[in-house]
Amino acid sequence: MTVRKNQAKLTPDEKRAFTNALLELKRTGVYDRFVTAHNTFLMTDSDFGDRVGHRSPSFLPWHRRFLLEFEAELQKVDAKVSLPYWDWTVDRTASSSLWAADFLGGTGRVRDGQVLDGPFAYAAGKWAISGGVDRRPYLRRALGTAVAELPTKAEVNAVLAMPVYDTAPWNSSSDGFRNHLEGWRGANIHNRVHVWVGGQMASAASPNDPVFWMHHAFIDMLWAEWQHRHPKSTYLPGAGTADVVDLKDTMRPWNNVTPADMLDHRKFYTFDTEAAPAGAGGKR
Amino acid sequence: MNKITRRQALGASVGALSAIGLIGAAAHVANAATPAASIPGGTVNEVYQGRRIQITPATGGGHHGGHHGAGLPTVLIDGRELHVMRNADGTWISVVNHYETFADPASLARAAVRELQGATLAPFAPMSMSMPMGGAA
Repeated sequence: MTVRKNQAKLTPDEKRAFTNALLELKRTGVYDRFVTAHNTFLMTDSDFGDRVGHRSPSFLPWHRRFLLEFEAELQKVDAKVSLPYWDWTVDRTASSSLWAADFLGGTGRVRDGQVLDGPFAYAAGKWAISGGVDRRPYLRRALGTAVAELPTKAEVNAVLAMPVYDTAPWNSSSDGFRNHLEGWRGANIHNRVHVWVGGQMASAASPNDPVFWMHHAFIDMLWAEWQHRHPKSTYLPGAGTADVVDLKDTMRPWNNVTPADMLDHRKFYTFDTEAAPAGAGGKR
Repeated sequence: MNKITRRQALGASVGALSAIGLIGAAAHVANAATPAASIPGGTVNEVYQGRRIQITPATGGGHHGGHHGAGLPTVLIDGRELHVMRNADGTWISVVNHYETFADPASLARAAVRELQGATLAPFAPMSMSMPMGGAA
């Protein structure tokens, strides 16, 4: 059974295994397929029409499935690897070990935003950006520049306290847990982290930065935490909603998975903060 | 849900944008020499930090009432289209700044220019919608 760990607690060997698996997926072209898929959904999910990956109730189950798919690819390279999560309420500065040269590398230089250290620096030769929204081939970041502060634990807790999963009109103007977590409304949680990192992470081609996966693994964990706090609340809407993925509708691009299938993460993985479920070891 | 396929949806929106783009290109020949001009109705043709920003408002014809929000303006930076979207609350995002909202297309285009630092926009040609994530490897 896969255990997703806090990135701050990874051993040097675990960090190396994770970054090596990322570089291998990049080399084989698998990585860029995920970038393209995400970019496509970001550009076509619309408040006024069909929406699946973003600005809609299925933001959370869509990304859970997207990360599962990606994690499975990592595990084909190295079966010991799982997706770490980045708790940015705790590791909230550019001097966090996350951004050290033995892991993701640091912020970009002022002149052009280029990341100069770590395994994903352009000069290291293994991380050329091809699926970006512009022609620059190098990974860029501007940590803490466009917005000064990452979300705080208090801000996250206020969102986790919201008992209703999502509300009509099921888009970026909705009230409820999902849209406050996504960040189109209120204190701005998920969106703000993309903006704080800057560079490709702030664009529609955000998975070009490996931190994308760790950010979304933590968002995914917050969904699990919300479920734990609100055991009587569930995914909404239930059925018959135009342009939106209802509980038992299938989600593109897979077309064989529904939000209902994604509600219990323990079918697929656990977090290092929770006990392994009884009878773990099946499924994957 | 699933009233139209995603392929149809994307095809439709790209088609609509190209049509608007053609109109935009023609309309701007006349005032292309103007260094900066903000014309009533939301048309923008200006040089900002060395980049030419051209914004042509949606024509508004045809798709009435914005239920599908089809009336998107065309935003060009040095002649290349910047993909933009309108949010339900009337704010805007672009493909360059996708997680940050802007009050209007002009401020969105200027933010994109700052972010691009001189780089050229990549075309947002329709991508393969089959998206073989996983599986194929």
